[in-house]
Amino acid sequence: MAEPTTARRPSVLHTYRVVLGSRVRAQLSYRVSFALTFLSAAGIGVIEFSEIYVLLSAVPVFGGLDLAQAALVFALANLGFALADLVFGQLDSIPTLLRLGQLEALLVRPVSVMGQLVTSDFQLRRLGRALVSVVLLAVVLPLVDVDWTPARVYLLLVTPLVGCAIYGAMFAVAGGVQFWLVDGAEFTSSFVYGGGYAGQVPGSVLPPVLRSVFTFVVPATLTGYAPALLLLGLPGPALLPAWLGWWAPLVAAWTWLLAALAWRSGVRHFTGAGG
Amino acid sequence: MRTWRELAAGELRRYSTYRLAVLAGVFTNSVFGFLRVGILVSAVTTAGGSLAGYTAEGASTYVWLGQALLAPLALMGWSEIADRVRTGDIAVDLARPVDLQLSWWARDLGRAAFVLPARGLPPLLVGALTVGVALPTSWTAYPLGVLSVLVAVSLSFALRFLLNLAAFWVLDFRGIAGLYFVVIAPLCGLYVPVHLFPGWLAALAHATPFPSMFQSPIDVLSGRVLGRDALAVLGVQLVWLVVVALLGRLVLARATRRLVVQGG
Repeated sequence: MAEPTTARRPSVLHTYRVVLGSRVRAQLSYRVSFALTFLSAAGIGVIEFSEIYVLLSAVPVFGGLDLAQAALVFALANLGFALADLVFGQLDSIPTLLRLGQLEALLVRPVSVMGQLVTSDFQLRRLGRALVSVVLLAVVLPLVDVDWTPARVYLLLVTPLVGCAIYGAMFAVAGGVQFWLVDGAEFTSSFVYGGGYAGQVPGSVLPPVLRSVFTFVVPATLTGYAPALLLLGLPGPALLPAWLGWWAPLVAAWTWLLAALAWRSGVRHFTGAGG
Repeated sequence: MRTWRELAAGELRRYSTYRLAVLAGVFTNSVFGFLRVGILVSAVTTAGGSLAGYTAEGASTYVWLGQALLAPLALMGWSEIADRVRTGDIAVDLARPVDLQLSWWARDLGRAAFVLPARGLPPLLVGALTVGVALPTSWTAYPLGVLSVLVAVSLSFALRFLLNLAAFWVLDFRGIAGLYFVVIAPLCGLYVPVHLFPGWLAALAHATPFPSMFQSPIDVLSGRVLGRDALAVLGVQLVWLVVVALLGRLVLARATRRLVVQGG
C-alpha cells in the first residue's frame, strides 16, 4: 500500500505564524539596532505625554481633571493607539503601494490582503511606545482615587484592548477608502491620527461638535476618557455620558463591522494598472 | 540669480500639481486646529480667562496662525536629499555646477511660496470665520511678520538639510526622520506655546533653534511682540539661521569627502 501522496495544505493560521515569527526573529537579530529603535519609539510616547504635563504645570485642572487623572486618560488611550499602530499601522502604506503598483502582487497570493499587509512590516519596536503607557499607568493608578470593584478591574483590563480594536478599525476604514482617494490620504489621517490625539485628552475640553464627532462617529473618547471617568467615579460632560465607557466593547464590534465593509469594498474596487 | 528663480518656480509648479492632496491637507489642518483650540482655550478658561498673556481669542489666534505655518515650514519633516543619498543619485547632484545647499534652499522657498497661500491661508480663514482670530493693531506687525516667516522657513530648511546629511553616515534614515517631528513639535511650541512652559523646559526649548521657527513668527505676526521687542526676536531668529546654515555647509563638506557611490 502506497502512502497517500496528496500533501496537506498548511493552514492559513500556520502560514501567518511562520511569517510573523520570521519578522520578529529578523528584528531581534540586530540587537543594538533593535534596542535603539525601541528606545526611540519609547521616546515618542514620552514626548506625546509632554503636552498634558506642560498644560497641567500651567493650570491646576484640565477639563476637570488633575495631572494624575489626565495622565490616566492619556495612558489608557495611548496604550490602545500604540497597540493598534503595532498591528495595523502598516495599512498607512496603501497609497504608496497603489502608486508603485505593488498591490497586485498581494492580490494573487492565496492569503488575504489585510493579513499580508498586517504581517508585512510587524514592527516590534513600536512596543516601546506601548511600554511608556504601561509604565505611566503603573505610576498613576496608585495616585488616583479608585474604589476598586471587580467591574472596575475588568474595565481597566479590557480598555486597552477595546482601544486597540477601535483605532485598528479606524486604520482599516482609512485603508479601504484609500482605494478611491489615493492622493487624498490626509483626509483619513485627520480621523485616524486626529482620533488618536482627541482620545488622549479629557473629552470635556473638546468643543461640543468635536466631542460628538469623536464619540459617536470616531469613538475615540471611549478609549480613554469615558473608562477613566468610570474608574474615577466622575460624571461625564454634556454629550458624553460616562456610562458609554461600559458599552465600548460593543462600539468596537460595530466599528469593525463598518471597517470590514469599507475594506472589502475598497479591495473589490481596485482595478490595478495591468502591471 | 536666474538659476535660483527657475529652481524655485519649478518647485512651485511641482507642488501645485496634486490638488486633491492640497484639499486633504487643508481639511486635516483644520480638524487638528479645532482640536488644539479646544484644548488651549479650555486651559485659558480654567486659568480665569488669561494665561501667560493669552486670552481665549489670543489662544485661538496662536493656534490658527500655527496651523497656517505648519505646511510651509514642513514641520513634518522631509527626506528628499537622504533618499537621493540612499539611491546614489546624490552623486549626480554633486557633479552639477550649482551649490547643493543653496539650490535646495531656493527650491524650498519655491515650495513654501505655493504652500503658504494654498495650504496655509484656508485653515486660517476657517479659524477666523468659526472661532475668531485677533489681528494685530500695529501696522508694523505685518511687514515684520512676513520677514519673520521668511526667516523661519529658511531656518526650517537649514535644519532639515542638516538632518538629511545624516544619511551619509547612517543607512536607515527613516528612524531619524520619524523622530524629527516628535522632538521639534513640542519644543517649538506647536502643542502648547513656549510661554506656558515651566521654567526648566522653557530654558531647554530656548537652547534649541526650534522656537525660532514656530513660536517666534507667530509672536511677531500676531503682534504679541512689537517694535524693538519684535526686532530682538527677529535678531535671535537670524542668529540661529546663520548658525544652522553654516553647520550644514561644514557637515556637507565632510560628508562629500567620505562619499563612495557604488556602481555607475
